[in-house]
Amino acid sequence: MKILVPVKRVIDYNIKVRVKADNTGVDLANVKMAMNPFDEIAVEEALRIKEAGIATEVVAVSCGVTACQETLRTAMALGADRGILVETDVELQPLAVAKLLKTIATNEAPKLIILGKQAIDDDANQTGQMLAALLGWPQATFASKVVVDAAAGKVAVTREVDGGLETLELTLPAIVTTDLRLNEPRYATLPNIMKAKKKPLDVVKPETLGVDVTPRLTTLKVNEPAPRAAGIKVADVAELIHKLKTEAKVIS
Amino acid sequence: MSILVIAEHDNFSLKAATLNTVAAAAKINASLASEIHVLVAGVACGAVASQAAAVAGVTKVLVADAAHYADQTAENLAALIHAHAPGYTHVLAPATSNGKNTLPRVAALLDVAQISDIISVLDADTFVRPIYAGNALATVKSADSVKVITVRTTGFDPVPATGGQAAIEAMSAGPDLGQSKLLARELSKSARPELAAAKIIVSGGRGMGSGENYHTVLEPLADKLGAAMGASRAAVDAGFVPNDYQVGQTGKIVAPQLYIAIGISGAIQHLAGMKESKVIVAINKDPDAPIFQVADYGLVADLFQAVPELVAAL
Repeated sequence: MKILVPVKRVIDYNIKVRVKADNTGVDLANVKMAMNPFDEIAVEEALRIKEAGIATEVVAVSCGVTACQETLRTAMALGADRGILVETDVELQPLAVAKLLKTIATNEAPKLIILGKQAIDDDANQTGQMLAALLGWPQATFASKVVVDAAAGKVAVTREVDGGLETLELTLPAIVTTDLRLNEPRYATLPNIMKAKKKPLDVVKPETLGVDVTPRLTTLKVNEPAPRAAGIKVADVAELIHKLKTEAKVIS
Repeated sequence: MSILVIAEHDNFSLKAATLNTVAAAAKINASLASEIHVLVAGVACGAVASQAAAVAGVTKVLVADAAHYADQTAENLAALIHAHAPGYTHVLAPATSNGKNTLPRVAALLDVAQISDIISVLDADTFVRPIYAGNALATVKSADSVKVITVRTTGFDPVPATGGQAAIEAMSAGPDLGQSKLLARELSKSARPELAAAKIIVSGGRGMGSGENYHTVLEPLADKLGAAMGASRAAVDAGFVPNDYQVGQTGKIVAPQLYIAIGISGAIQHLAGMKESKVIVAINKDPDAPIFQVADYGLVADLFQAVPELVAAL
């Protein structure tokens, strides 16, 4: 069984983002980029399923600019067998990515596609669900545990939902999106980083796949959120209670 | 053409998040002057439909009552919403785990973009949504025929739960796709208010030191204030409390009247989940903790002394 893992190149999660002075977006020039953290968890989960002898191949896919090859090399350094880049300079929105991934999935015929639940740049939280809809597959989002029963053609996924956990059983092929607690991703070792350079990486264009990736949403402007007005330090508990009662009036 | 709001419910009662979502729908409707309908898909959910019909501003409640909607699985729910979406200009759901799970599926079936997590409505096509964990706000305009939107509930004050007199209409259920099945659901049982809807939240961080401290120190305060209890990701990762306590970018986004952050340093990812709170109190022994930069009232103190003192004085 084959597992497909889409990965996105995003700003490194340690970087404090800055809005551009002309309010057209966030400044990404000379900023460190990395694999979306939720996607690292997706890669790790796919590798664990392969290492358990359930999957035979893990294929990483990325959609975007040429530099996304680095993200695919990272996935391969972690253990993915090969990579596919759908290369375009067009700004890709979740629906377009889902359509691209659908054509890849149709060609590759994986039994499982594991994605990050959201990317830390646009915070959309859509691509996995959209891909599931386009393929007509079942989905389990926000996964904290994944148990594949390949013989039965099922996967049991524990999901982090409002108020607790729920476990769904899906019929394969299926889509899973990862939440933070699913696993702790490994680090790539130097020998594996070297080996990854020799693994196959195919590059295709959206036009070849017959997908129109034109954005549907127009970003009119991007602003910094209004900062909170500076507060005060109180000397002790008595002053705190006094302020909360008389000034903020939030307790009585 | 009307606006459709997907009800958040548990088959017994309508969840408060629906009221915030209707509020967003009402803002969109200000320039359209059409109607707001609420879809209740569930099983034996008549009580929910009655509650939805009473919500101010709602003109019609559509009820799809079938066993295969009981667990709100995305496949069946999305198919149902998709089948009924053509009559609507906008389809809205709260950005809860259900809404986030189902609505992108609806959008893809309709071949339209989804606008996630809106916090403000500028007009019927233009919305503001946070990106980069709330470190930037994007104003986006949709050109799609149907706008599929999830609503960050903290961005909109709820409409009143009463005062409306909507008609309730049964609609035929869609087929059961049979692709997914609920095996188990373990929801945290608590007599406290729900985190996302609480007026006061008492939240603990790594400074609590242990799960035992978290409970023995913070529970008396939460009891006294009738507050919900939250935690930072550091406290969750350290195993003090389960993940559904987590407030932050990767947990719940909250905006209570009063947020009391105790032993929380104030990592960006935590601030992203609570900085819209009306009043923020921080208690931390480190005077340089970033939480003090967003706190209205900061108390530099050892929490193990200050919190019991606070409980005694309230």
